[in-house]
Amino acid sequence: MESISPAVAEAAAKPVTDVVVTVRDVHRHYGAVHAVNGVDLEIGRGELFGLIGHNGAGKSTLFKMMLGLIPMTRGEIRIDGQSVSGGAFRSVRRAVGYLPENVVLYDNLTGLETLRFFSRLKAAPLSDCMAALERVGLADAARRRVREYSKGMRQRLGFAQALLGTPRILFLDEPTTGLDPEAIRDFYAILRSLKADGVTMILTSHILAEIQERVDRLAIMAAGRIQALGTVQALREQMDLPLWFDIRIATEHFETVRNVLGHLPISAIEAQDGLISVQCQRDSKMAVIQALAALNGTMRDLHVREPSLEDVFFGFSD
Amino acid sequence: MEIRQIRTIAAKEFQDRIRNRWVVAVALIFTVFALVIAYLGGAQQGSVGFRSIEFTIASLVSLVIYLVPLIALILGFDAIVGERERGSLDLLLSLPITRFELLLGKYLGLSGALAASMLAGFGIVAVVLTIQLDTGILLHFSGFVGTSVLLGMAFLSLAVTLSVFAADRTRASGLAIALWFFFVLIFDLLVLGALVVTGGQYGGELFPYLLLLNPADVFRILNIYSLEEVRSLYGLATVFPAALASPWLLGGVMFAWITIPLSIAAWRFRR
Repeated sequence: MESISPAVAEAAAKPVTDVVVTVRDVHRHYGAVHAVNGVDLEIGRGELFGLIGHNGAGKSTLFKMMLGLIPMTRGEIRIDGQSVSGGAFRSVRRAVGYLPENVVLYDNLTGLETLRFFSRLKAAPLSDCMAALERVGLADAARRRVREYSKGMRQRLGFAQALLGTPRILFLDEPTTGLDPEAIRDFYAILRSLKADGVTMILTSHILAEIQERVDRLAIMAAGRIQALGTVQALREQMDLPLWFDIRIATEHFETVRNVLGHLPISAIEAQDGLISVQCQRDSKMAVIQALAALNGTMRDLHVREPSLEDVFFGFSD
Repeated sequence: MEIRQIRTIAAKEFQDRIRNRWVVAVALIFTVFALVIAYLGGAQQGSVGFRSIEFTIASLVSLVIYLVPLIALILGFDAIVGERERGSLDLLLSLPITRFELLLGKYLGLSGALAASMLAGFGIVAVVLTIQLDTGILLHFSGFVGTSVLLGMAFLSLAVTLSVFAADRTRASGLAIALWFFFVLIFDLLVLGALVVTGGQYGGELFPYLLLLNPADVFRILNIYSLEEVRSLYGLATVFPAALASPWLLGGVMFAWITIPLSIAAWRFRR
């Protein structure tokens, strides 16, 4: 990266306050395969943190090491200052909620029985169970067997399970798989209220468009390392991807405007059916906007397209 | 170790098997097979009907040796690998529970389901036999049922162990069937074959000890040796030295068959 904008430098340098999860120089090797190859990470209290990467990028392995499910080859992971696999593992795990990807719960139990089972193991009050079912909108199905649940209901039950015992940290692996748009919206509403309560959440997702508006910060993993870390906006700037202006023009002004735009510092121009799309680098953005302002009266509509998280993701992970 | 966690896992496993009617179905199988065999067991000798408790138990021993290991292996083969395949193992292990507590809880819960189905199934048989014969048989019969449960627990221990080692459910089920073939059908043939090939000259005195390497044989000896009347029916039992025939010693061997595989499973599962 030849030039880093002040915003990015600031975001990168700004220390995370009130650190809850610390990952220090963590490695996990399977023979010659380095699934996780030197990861450092700090996540703060009340942060909604996204972890993204291709399949095989190492995010599931990192996730499982954070949960103490698989040992590290090297390094250290601390949750609330305590080691995830040390002698205090029970108290660490009581503070943690986990929703695995594609988990299949027990068909023969009802939703309520499922939660009672998990709340006993977590030593959480049994009264949490009904409250958790209500929170995810399954109260009416509490006494139905999981066998009869739809895919979305099973996913919500898994989420309710993760909420038992008022965890301080939530690990959510592809949490919105199988949810319809309304349920996804409800799901993020719950995350927002948890965030307000100071709950730290770490989630992975393949649906980048879904998380880009919602996470505070994210890490892009590839080849066992974190390739980029920061807010979505900071990553966009760091990647320095071009952006697009879509300009709708009245037919009679079309050629005039096209000529004006042709003289601007732009990298591409496309025109069709009264719509002109102009691509420019981030540092030419203001120059283009000023030129467009001078076209007063000829524009019918203007739309600015920032590079999506997907563009950023492919930029970092390829 | 937290007993509470073990109990929670065990209770869920047990409840699961009650809920899907596994316990009832297996109890029915035991009742029907046991009554049919008890009634028709003497058909080869040209008579039918309930006979002495010794002959009844001798007939039921064969039934148990075929059926109980099979049922125990089917019950336990996916205990761990099944959870792993459905993705719930990671979830369970992310909770404040150790791997050993999870394994032991699973084993005890499944043992409870197996024991409940056997006690219920053979309990009905005991009632029928008491009516047909007399109440004096109960002591004998409860010894038989108790050792049957132990046999089931030994094979359940083997099943849970292979469920820890197996990479997936398919392989686990294949291994379970292989174990059944080995212990129930092949082992005795191998031992006898070795005895015949060597002309009985070598290892003759080792032979009874070899039988201890098969929990099904331990069960057979436990039940046959105590029955004076039928001991002569079984060639194997006659070569068995009296010193080894102590029910306590054989019970101890059975206990080892329960604890050793489970310990190996716990050792493997920890990694």
